[in-house]
Amino acid sequence: MVIKIIRNFFRRIFFGIFATRKHFKLGFYGPTNSGKTTLANRICKDWLGEEMGKTSRIPHETREIHVKEKVEIDFNSRKLTFKLVDTPGIATKIDYEDFLHYGLKVREAKKRAKEATKGVIESIKWLDDMDAVIVVLDATKNPYTQVNITIIGNLIARKIPVLIIANKIDLRGARGKVKKIEAAFPEYDVVPVSAKKGKNIEEFYESLFNLVR
Amino acid sequence: MVKKRTKGVTIQFIPYAEIAYLTSYKRVKKLVDLSIENRILLIQGKLAPGEEVDLIEETMKYIGKSKSSKFRGIELTTFSPKTKQNLPFFTAFREKVASAMLGNRDVITVIGPATIVREIKKDPTKIQLLLRK
Repeated sequence: MVIKIIRNFFRRIFFGIFATRKHFKLGFYGPTNSGKTTLANRICKDWLGEEMGKTSRIPHETREIHVKEKVEIDFNSRKLTFKLVDTPGIATKIDYEDFLHYGLKVREAKKRAKEATKGVIESIKWLDDMDAVIVVLDATKNPYTQVNITIIGNLIARKIPVLIIANKIDLRGARGKVKKIEAAFPEYDVVPVSAKKGKNIEEFYESLFNLVR
Repeated sequence: MVKKRTKGVTIQFIPYAEIAYLTSYKRVKKLVDLSIENRILLIQGKLAPGEEVDLIEETMKYIGKSKSSKFRGIELTTFSPKTKQNLPFFTAFREKVASAMLGNRDVITVIGPATIVREIKKDPTKIQLLLRK
């Protein structure tokens, strides 16, 4: 708790620099199918009135970086302007045969796999450009994966402020799992949300302001 | 009589000294080259966070690179036995100094090609490699 207070204090000083800028880059990172685009869509729908990208149950739906140049949030009489960067999910392996289980034809699956590998590379390249990052994790899944550890380890190494989202809390499989995510990454604020249903989204906005102010 | 063909899995141990003095680029390249050869690597030590993403980035470039290549990426994990938690102060201090000077050699990094290793599970005392049939 004390560590969190001290960290937030330094974060406020650090983000004083960004406050003077017009807007900063907020990246959405995470493993595949964790709901990064769903959360980005929720924000864009709430504040711009339009969605950002297509979502799907098939992994690697987002295979290119998507950018919304200017998102303005006016929440509880506070304003925040940022550039929203939605990134393809990071994975250590991509097998086109996995896509066949979702009904894709071999040709489509191979094309998707090829695009997905490029997407992972792009996501990694954009890491250095971010001013703050929202790491979106699927609350129904085990958080102790190497992809999660690698993403967060790299953000720590680059001194980029992080907020962790435990997404999909509307699903039965997420019960009791948020605590597991909190235990896995005790130094970070973890906000449980359902981006799809809009559950707990106010707490997310509150935490977003705390992250950048 | 029909001879049954057996399939083998090569597990290669890479001691800390073998990669410690390489540049990050050469270290990552060496590991990628060995992974492409379908070997499971047990590495003494841990990659830096930047090297981990470089490793992922490099392996992505090899997926589907040629029609004959079945390379699909890697499974990666680090394993750190937590046996040193309750050491006396001076022993713990000595361990930290040794780690700082010589590198953290208590950690084991496991890298397996995804065509062989389906999943790596770990808990504080063991690693399970779930292999493909």
